[in-house]
Amino acid sequence: MTKITHHLTEDLLMGYSAGTLPEAVNLIVATHISLCDACRASLDAYDAVGGVLLERHSHEVSEACLAGALDMIRKGETSATPAPRRGCDLVPAPLADYVGKGLSDVKWRPVGMGVKQAILETSPEATARLLYIPAGTAVPDHSHNGLELTLVLQGAFEDAEGRFARGDIEIADDDLEHMPVADISQDCICLAVTDAPLRFKGLLPRLAQPFLKI
Amino acid sequence: MAESPDWTSCLIRIRDDRDETAFVALFRHFAPRVKAFLMRSGADAALAEEVAQEVMATVWHKAAQFDPARASVATWIFTIARNRKIDALRKQARPEPEDLPWGPEPDPDQADAVGLQQEMDHLGQALAELPDKQRELIEKAYFGELTHREIADATGLPLGTIKSRIRLALDRLRHAMDGRAR
Repeated sequence: MTKITHHLTEDLLMGYSAGTLPEAVNLIVATHISLCDACRASLDAYDAVGGVLLERHSHEVSEACLAGALDMIRKGETSATPAPRRGCDLVPAPLADYVGKGLSDVKWRPVGMGVKQAILETSPEATARLLYIPAGTAVPDHSHNGLELTLVLQGAFEDAEGRFARGDIEIADDDLEHMPVADISQDCICLAVTDAPLRFKGLLPRLAQPFLKI
Repeated sequence: MAESPDWTSCLIRIRDDRDETAFVALFRHFAPRVKAFLMRSGADAALAEEVAQEVMATVWHKAAQFDPARASVATWIFTIARNRKIDALRKQARPEPEDLPWGPEPDPDQADAVGLQQEMDHLGQALAELPDKQRELIEKAYFGELTHREIADATGLPLGTIKSRIRLALDRLRHAMDGRAR
Protein backbone atom coordinates (compact mmCIF):
# COMPACT_ATOMS: atom_id res chain seq x y z
CA MET A 1 0.00 0.00 0.00
CA THR A 2 1.23 3.50 -0.75
CA LYS A 3 1.80 5.83 2.13
CA ILE A 4 -1.15 7.97 3.16
CA THR A 5 -0.27 11.66 3.03
CA HIS A 6 -3.64 13.39 3.44
CA HIS A 7 -5.24 12.85 6.83
CA LEU A 8 -8.29 13.73 8.92
CA THR A 9 -8.43 17.12 10.66
CA GLU A 10 -8.51 17.48 14.44
CA ASP A 11 -12.12 18.72 14.17
CA LEU A 12 -13.21 15.54 12.43
CA LEU A 13 -11.31 13.23 14.78
CA MET A 14 -12.74 14.95 17.83
CA GLY A 15 -16.27 15.03 16.41
CA TYR A 16 -16.04 11.35 15.55
CA SER A 17 -14.81 10.50 19.04
CA ALA A 18 -17.48 12.66 20.67
CA GLY A 19 -20.17 11.15 18.44
CA THR A 20 -21.52 14.47 17.18
CA LEU A 21 -21.05 14.03 13.42
CA PRO A 22 -23.75 13.03 10.90
CA GLU A 23 -23.82 9.37 9.92
CA ALA A 24 -22.34 9.97 6.44
CA VAL A 25 -19.38 11.83 7.95
CA ASN A 26 -18.88 9.08 10.55
CA LEU A 27 -18.81 6.64 7.64
CA ILE A 28 -16.00 8.37 5.77
CA VAL A 29 -14.02 8.93 8.99
CA ALA A 30 -14.34 5.24 9.96
CA THR A 31 -13.35 4.19 6.44
CA HIS A 32 -10.25 6.40 6.46
CA ILE A 33 -9.24 5.16 9.93
CA SER A 34 -9.56 1.58 8.69
CA LEU A 35 -6.79 2.41 6.20
CA CYS A 36 -4.70 4.83 8.28
CA ASP A 37 -2.80 3.78 11.41
CA ALA A 38 -1.76 7.36 12.22
CA CYS A 39 -5.34 8.60 12.43
CA ARG A 40 -6.34 5.48 14.36
CA ALA A 41 -3.72 6.36 16.97
CA SER A 42 -4.99 9.96 17.11
CA LEU A 43 -8.53 8.69 17.57
CA ASP A 44 -7.39 6.54 20.51
CA ALA A 45 -6.07 9.74 22.12
CA TYR A 46 -9.40 11.54 21.61
CA ASP A 47 -11.27 8.54 23.02
CA ALA A 48 -8.95 8.74 26.04
CA VAL A 49 -10.06 12.35 26.57
CA GLY A 50 -13.65 11.05 26.47
CA GLY A 51 -12.77 8.46 29.11
CA VAL A 52 -11.27 11.10 31.38
CA LEU A 53 -14.29 13.39 30.90
CA LEU A 54 -16.63 10.49 31.68
CA GLU A 55 -15.00 10.20 35.11
CA ARG A 56 -15.74 13.80 36.06
CA HIS A 57 -19.52 13.81 36.50
CA SER A 58 -21.99 11.35 37.92
CA HIS A 59 -25.71 11.17 38.51
CA GLU A 60 -27.27 8.84 41.05
CA VAL A 61 -28.60 5.56 39.71
CA SER A 62 -31.44 3.59 41.36
CA GLU A 63 -30.92 0.19 42.97
CA ALA A 64 -33.52 -1.14 40.54
CA CYS A 65 -31.15 -0.22 37.74
CA LEU A 66 -28.41 -2.41 39.23
CA ALA A 67 -30.88 -5.24 39.84
CA GLY A 68 -32.00 -4.99 36.22
CA ALA A 69 -28.41 -5.04 34.98
CA LEU A 70 -27.65 -8.16 37.06
CA ASP A 71 -30.75 -9.73 35.56
CA MET A 72 -29.52 -8.91 32.08
CA ILE A 73 -26.06 -10.36 32.62
CA ARG A 74 -27.44 -13.57 34.14
CA LYS A 75 -29.98 -14.08 31.38
CA GLY A 76 -28.05 -12.89 28.38
CA GLU A 77 -25.93 -15.19 26.33
CA THR A 78 -22.31 -14.24 26.55
CA SER A 79 -21.46 -13.99 22.93
CA ALA A 80 -18.19 -15.47 21.84
CA THR A 81 -15.72 -12.92 20.54
CA PRO A 82 -16.98 -12.16 17.05
CA ALA A 83 -14.67 -12.73 14.12
CA PRO A 84 -12.70 -9.56 13.37
CA ARG A 85 -14.51 -7.33 10.89
CA ARG A 86 -12.55 -7.17 7.66
CA GLY A 87 -13.18 -5.46 4.38
CA CYS A 88 -12.68 -7.02 0.99
CA ASP A 89 -12.11 -6.02 -2.61
CA LEU A 90 -10.86 -2.49 -1.80
CA VAL A 91 -13.86 -1.85 0.48
CA PRO A 92 -13.00 -1.48 4.20
CA ALA A 93 -15.46 -3.08 6.64
CA PRO A 94 -17.45 0.04 7.67
CA LEU A 95 -18.11 0.90 4.04
CA ALA A 96 -18.93 -2.71 3.18
CA ASP A 97 -21.91 -2.41 5.55
CA TYR A 98 -23.29 0.23 3.16
CA VAL A 99 -22.30 -1.05 -0.30
CA GLY A 100 -22.36 -4.82 0.09
CA LYS A 101 -19.50 -7.19 -0.46
CA GLY A 102 -17.44 -5.40 -3.04
CA LEU A 103 -17.34 -2.70 -5.67
CA SER A 104 -18.78 -5.14 -8.20
CA ASP A 105 -22.08 -5.01 -6.27
CA VAL A 106 -22.45 -1.24 -6.63
CA LYS A 107 -25.39 -0.02 -8.73
CA TRP A 108 -23.81 2.89 -10.58
CA ARG A 109 -25.78 5.67 -12.24
CA PRO A 110 -24.18 7.77 -14.96
CA VAL A 111 -23.86 11.50 -14.24
CA GLY A 112 -22.22 12.48 -17.53
CA MET A 113 -18.77 12.43 -19.12
CA GLY A 114 -18.33 8.83 -18.05
CA VAL A 115 -18.54 9.75 -14.36
CA LYS A 116 -20.86 7.49 -12.37
CA GLN A 117 -22.19 7.68 -8.84
CA ALA A 118 -24.06 5.63 -6.29
CA ILE A 119 -25.73 7.36 -3.34
CA LEU A 120 -25.49 5.43 -0.08
CA GLU A 121 -28.30 5.34 2.43
CA THR A 122 -27.53 7.39 5.55
CA SER A 123 -29.29 9.93 7.75
CA PRO A 124 -30.17 13.10 5.81
CA GLU A 125 -27.89 15.78 7.41
CA ALA A 126 -25.09 14.78 5.03
CA THR A 127 -24.90 12.68 1.89
CA ALA A 128 -22.44 9.88 1.12
CA ARG A 129 -21.87 8.70 -2.43
CA LEU A 130 -19.42 6.57 -4.33
CA LEU A 131 -17.93 8.29 -7.36
CA TYR A 132 -16.48 6.48 -10.34
CA ILE A 133 -14.21 8.68 -12.45
CA PRO A 134 -12.76 7.09 -15.61
CA ALA A 135 -8.98 7.33 -15.94
CA GLY A 136 -7.89 10.72 -17.20
CA THR A 137 -11.32 12.36 -16.71
CA ALA A 138 -11.76 15.78 -15.11
CA VAL A 139 -14.74 16.35 -12.80
CA PRO A 140 -16.35 19.74 -13.59
CA ASP A 141 -15.01 22.71 -11.69
CA HIS A 142 -17.13 23.16 -8.60
CA SER A 143 -17.11 24.83 -5.23
CA HIS A 144 -19.08 24.08 -2.10
CA ASN A 145 -21.74 25.54 0.10
CA GLY A 146 -20.46 23.38 2.90
CA LEU A 147 -18.00 20.63 3.51
CA GLU A 148 -16.91 18.08 0.92
CA LEU A 149 -14.83 15.10 1.98
CA THR A 150 -13.34 12.80 -0.65
CA LEU A 151 -11.60 9.53 0.18
CA VAL A 152 -9.83 7.58 -2.56
CA LEU A 153 -10.52 3.84 -2.67
CA GLN A 154 -8.94 3.00 -6.04
CA GLY A 155 -6.70 4.88 -8.45
CA ALA A 156 -5.81 8.49 -7.74
CA PHE A 157 -6.78 12.04 -8.58
CA GLU A 158 -4.98 15.31 -8.63
CA ASP A 159 -6.14 18.89 -8.11
CA ALA A 160 -4.71 22.19 -6.90
CA GLU A 161 -4.32 20.71 -3.40
CA GLY A 162 -2.09 17.86 -4.53
CA ARG A 163 -2.28 14.21 -5.46
CA PHE A 164 -4.66 11.88 -3.65
CA ALA A 165 -4.28 8.09 -3.79
CA ARG A 166 -5.88 5.16 -1.93
CA GLY A 167 -6.56 6.07 1.69
CA ASP A 168 -5.95 9.79 1.19
CA ILE A 169 -8.79 12.11 2.18
CA GLU A 170 -9.34 15.58 0.77
CA ILE A 171 -11.16 18.04 3.00
CA ALA A 172 -12.66 20.91 0.99
CA ASP A 173 -14.67 23.69 2.55
CA ASP A 174 -16.58 26.69 1.20
CA ASP A 175 -13.52 28.38 -0.24
CA LEU A 176 -12.03 25.67 -2.37
CA GLU A 177 -12.87 25.64 -6.05
CA HIS A 178 -11.33 22.62 -7.61
CA MET A 179 -11.33 20.40 -10.66
CA PRO A 180 -10.13 16.95 -9.69
CA VAL A 181 -8.55 14.99 -12.55
CA ALA A 182 -8.29 11.21 -12.32
CA ASP A 183 -4.90 9.59 -12.97
CA ILE A 184 -4.51 8.27 -16.49
CA SER A 185 -3.34 4.84 -15.35
CA GLN A 186 -6.50 3.60 -13.62
CA ASP A 187 -10.18 4.47 -13.14
CA CYS A 188 -10.61 6.30 -9.85
CA ILE A 189 -13.20 5.30 -7.25
CA CYS A 190 -13.87 7.58 -4.29
CA LEU A 191 -16.18 7.84 -1.33
CA ALA A 192 -17.44 11.44 -1.21
CA VAL A 193 -19.44 13.09 1.56
CA THR A 194 -21.11 16.49 1.34
CA ASP A 195 -23.17 18.35 3.90
CA ALA A 196 -24.63 20.78 1.32
CA PRO A 197 -25.20 20.65 -2.43
CA LEU A 198 -22.15 21.27 -4.64
CA ARG A 199 -22.17 24.39 -6.82
CA PHE A 200 -20.97 23.79 -10.34
CA LYS A 201 -19.60 26.78 -12.21
CA GLY A 202 -20.73 25.95 -15.72
CA LEU A 203 -24.37 26.49 -16.67
CA LEU A 204 -25.00 23.00 -17.95
CA PRO A 205 -23.82 21.07 -14.94
CA ARG A 206 -25.77 23.52 -12.77
CA LEU A 207 -28.97 22.85 -14.68
CA ALA A 208 -28.41 19.13 -14.37
CA GLN A 209 -27.65 19.37 -10.67
CA PRO A 210 -31.20 18.90 -9.29
CA PHE A 211 -31.60 15.75 -11.36
CA LEU A 212 -28.29 14.27 -10.35
CA LYS A 213 -28.95 14.83 -6.65
CA ILE A 214 -25.38 16.11 -6.40
CA MET B 1 -11.70 2.54 48.63
CA ALA B 2 -8.27 3.36 47.28
CA GLU B 3 -7.85 6.72 45.62
CA SER B 4 -7.56 5.26 42.15
CA PRO B 5 -9.17 1.82 42.15
CA ASP B 6 -7.73 -0.66 39.73
CA TRP B 7 -10.61 -0.94 37.29
CA THR B 8 -8.47 -2.85 34.83
CA SER B 9 -8.05 -5.87 37.11
CA CYS B 10 -11.72 -5.54 38.07
CA LEU B 11 -12.72 -5.82 34.41
CA ILE B 12 -10.29 -8.69 33.88
CA ARG B 13 -12.00 -10.57 36.74
CA ILE B 14 -15.26 -9.98 34.91
CA ARG B 15 -13.73 -11.13 31.65
CA ASP B 16 -11.93 -14.23 32.89
CA ASP B 17 -13.87 -15.32 35.99
CA ARG B 18 -17.34 -13.88 35.22
CA ASP B 19 -17.10 -12.36 38.70
CA GLU B 20 -20.43 -10.72 39.67
CA THR B 21 -18.95 -8.99 42.71
CA ALA B 22 -16.49 -7.27 40.43
CA PHE B 23 -19.36 -6.32 38.12
CA VAL B 24 -21.31 -4.74 40.98
CA ALA B 25 -18.26 -2.66 41.96
CA LEU B 26 -17.75 -1.56 38.37
CA PHE B 27 -21.45 -0.78 38.02
CA ARG B 28 -21.54 1.36 41.17
CA HIS B 29 -18.71 3.47 39.84
CA PHE B 30 -19.47 3.73 36.14
CA ALA B 31 -23.27 3.48 35.77
CA PRO B 32 -23.82 6.91 37.45
CA ARG B 33 -21.14 8.37 35.16
CA VAL B 34 -22.68 6.92 32.02
CA LYS B 35 -26.07 8.23 33.20
CA ALA B 36 -24.65 11.74 33.71
CA PHE B 37 -23.02 11.58 30.26
CA LEU B 38 -26.36 10.66 28.64
CA MET B 39 -28.23 13.38 30.52
CA ARG B 40 -25.73 16.02 29.47
CA SER B 41 -26.30 14.89 25.89
CA GLY B 42 -30.02 15.57 26.20
CA ALA B 43 -31.55 12.31 27.48
CA ASP B 44 -34.08 12.56 30.31
CA ALA B 45 -33.26 10.77 33.59
CA ALA B 46 -35.34 7.68 32.80
CA LEU B 47 -33.84 7.12 29.35
CA ALA B 48 -30.33 7.89 30.64
CA GLU B 49 -30.72 5.24 33.34
CA GLU B 50 -32.08 2.70 30.89
CA VAL B 51 -29.17 3.27 28.52
CA ALA B 52 -26.66 3.18 31.40
CA GLN B 53 -28.06 -0.23 32.36
CA GLU B 54 -27.67 -1.51 28.80
CA VAL B 55 -24.15 -0.11 28.55
CA MET B 56 -23.08 -1.88 31.74
CA ALA B 57 -24.66 -5.16 30.58
CA THR B 58 -22.75 -4.73 27.30
CA VAL B 59 -19.53 -4.32 29.31
CA TRP B 60 -20.21 -7.75 30.84
CA HIS B 61 -21.09 -9.40 27.53
CA LYS B 62 -18.26 -7.88 25.53
CA ALA B 63 -15.61 -8.11 28.23
CA ALA B 64 -13.59 -10.51 26.05
CA GLN B 65 -13.01 -7.65 23.59
CA PHE B 66 -11.47 -5.37 26.21
CA ASP B 67 -7.77 -4.79 25.48
CA PRO B 68 -6.05 -3.21 28.50
CA ALA B 69 -2.98 -2.42 26.41
CA ARG B 70 -5.04 -0.17 24.13
CA ALA B 71 -7.64 1.54 26.29
CA SER B 72 -8.35 2.21 29.94
CA VAL B 73 -11.61 0.89 31.37
CA ALA B 74 -13.05 4.44 31.44
CA THR B 75 -12.11 4.96 27.78
CA TRP B 76 -13.57 1.63 26.74
CA ILE B 77 -16.84 2.29 28.58
CA PHE B 78 -16.94 5.79 27.09
CA THR B 79 -16.80 4.35 23.56
CA ILE B 80 -19.61 1.87 24.33
CA ALA B 81 -21.73 4.62 25.90
CA ARG B 82 -21.10 6.98 22.98
CA ASN B 83 -22.18 4.38 20.44
CA ARG B 84 -25.33 3.55 22.44
CA LYS B 85 -26.04 7.28 22.69
CA ILE B 86 -25.99 7.70 18.90
CA ASP B 87 -28.22 4.67 18.55
CA ALA B 88 -30.70 5.66 21.32
CA LEU B 89 -30.84 9.45 20.89
CA ARG B 90 -30.23 9.92 17.19
CA LYS B 91 -31.53 6.57 15.90
CA GLN B 92 -28.53 6.30 13.63
CA ALA B 93 -26.07 3.57 12.82
CA ARG B 94 -22.50 4.21 13.92
CA PRO B 95 -19.91 3.14 11.33
CA GLU B 96 -16.87 1.82 13.23
CA PRO B 97 -13.36 1.31 11.84
CA GLU B 98 -12.46 -2.18 10.83
CA ASP B 99 -10.71 -4.28 13.46
CA LEU B 100 -6.97 -4.31 13.63
CA PRO B 101 -5.45 -7.45 12.14
CA TRP B 102 -4.51 -8.50 15.63
CA GLY B 103 -7.10 -8.82 18.42
CA PRO B 104 -6.55 -8.24 22.14
CA GLU B 105 -3.42 -10.03 23.37
CA PRO B 106 -4.49 -13.02 25.45
CA ASP B 107 -1.81 -12.18 27.99
CA PRO B 108 -0.89 -8.52 27.56
CA ASP B 109 2.21 -7.00 29.01
CA GLN B 110 1.27 -5.68 32.45
CA ALA B 111 3.64 -2.76 31.91
CA ASP B 112 1.55 -1.58 28.94
CA ALA B 113 -1.64 -1.49 30.99
CA VAL B 114 0.08 0.23 33.90
CA GLY B 115 1.70 2.78 31.58
CA LEU B 116 -1.65 3.46 29.96
CA GLN B 117 -3.30 3.96 33.33
CA GLN B 118 -0.56 6.41 34.36
CA GLU B 119 -1.12 8.28 31.12
CA MET B 120 -4.84 8.47 31.90
CA ASP B 121 -4.09 9.79 35.39
CA HIS B 122 -1.87 12.49 33.85
CA LEU B 123 -4.56 13.34 31.34
CA GLY B 124 -7.19 13.60 34.09
CA GLN B 125 -4.91 15.86 36.10
CA ALA B 126 -4.11 18.02 33.06
CA LEU B 127 -7.80 18.37 32.37
CA ALA B 128 -8.51 19.37 35.95
CA GLU B 129 -5.79 22.00 35.73
CA LEU B 130 -7.09 23.60 32.53
CA PRO B 131 -8.62 27.05 32.89
CA ASP B 132 -12.36 26.59 33.53
CA LYS B 133 -13.36 28.16 30.22
CA GLN B 134 -11.21 25.79 28.19
CA ARG B 135 -12.34 22.73 30.10
CA GLU B 136 -15.98 23.70 29.71
CA LEU B 137 -15.56 24.03 25.95
CA ILE B 138 -14.05 20.58 25.68
CA GLU B 139 -16.83 19.13 27.83
CA LYS B 140 -19.46 20.83 25.70
CA ALA B 141 -17.88 19.52 22.52
CA TYR B 142 -17.83 15.95 23.90
CA PHE B 143 -21.05 15.77 25.85
CA GLY B 144 -23.41 18.27 24.36
CA GLU B 145 -24.95 17.54 21.02
CA LEU B 146 -23.35 20.82 20.09
CA THR B 147 -21.32 21.61 17.05
CA HIS B 148 -18.60 24.23 17.30
CA ARG B 149 -20.98 26.65 15.64
CA GLU B 150 -23.71 25.99 18.19
CA ILE B 151 -21.22 26.43 21.01
CA ALA B 152 -20.29 29.76 19.45
CA ASP B 153 -23.94 30.80 19.45
CA ALA B 154 -24.46 29.61 23.03
CA THR B 155 -21.38 31.28 24.46
CA GLY B 156 -21.43 34.39 22.30
CA LEU B 157 -17.83 33.74 21.29
CA PRO B 158 -16.87 33.86 17.62
CA LEU B 159 -16.35 30.49 15.96
CA GLY B 160 -12.64 31.10 15.38
CA THR B 161 -12.12 31.76 19.10
CA ILE B 162 -13.93 28.55 20.04
CA LYS B 163 -11.86 26.51 17.65
CA SER B 164 -8.58 28.03 18.78
CA ARG B 165 -9.51 27.61 22.47
CA ILE B 166 -10.37 23.98 21.93
CA ARG B 167 -7.14 23.52 20.00
CA LEU B 168 -5.19 25.24 22.77
CA ALA B 169 -6.81 23.07 25.40
CA LEU B 170 -6.04 19.92 23.41
CA ASP B 171 -2.46 21.08 22.89
CA ARG B 172 -2.07 21.47 26.63
CA LEU B 173 -3.48 18.02 27.21
CA ARG B 174 -1.20 16.59 24.56
CA HIS B 175 1.74 18.34 26.12
CA ALA B 176 0.84 16.89 29.51
CA MET B 177 0.76 13.42 27.99
CA ASP B 178 3.97 13.92 26.09
CA GLY B 179 6.53 11.19 25.89
CA ARG B 180 4.65 7.95 25.54
CA ALA B 181 1.86 8.77 23.12
CA ARG B 182 3.78 8.52 19.86
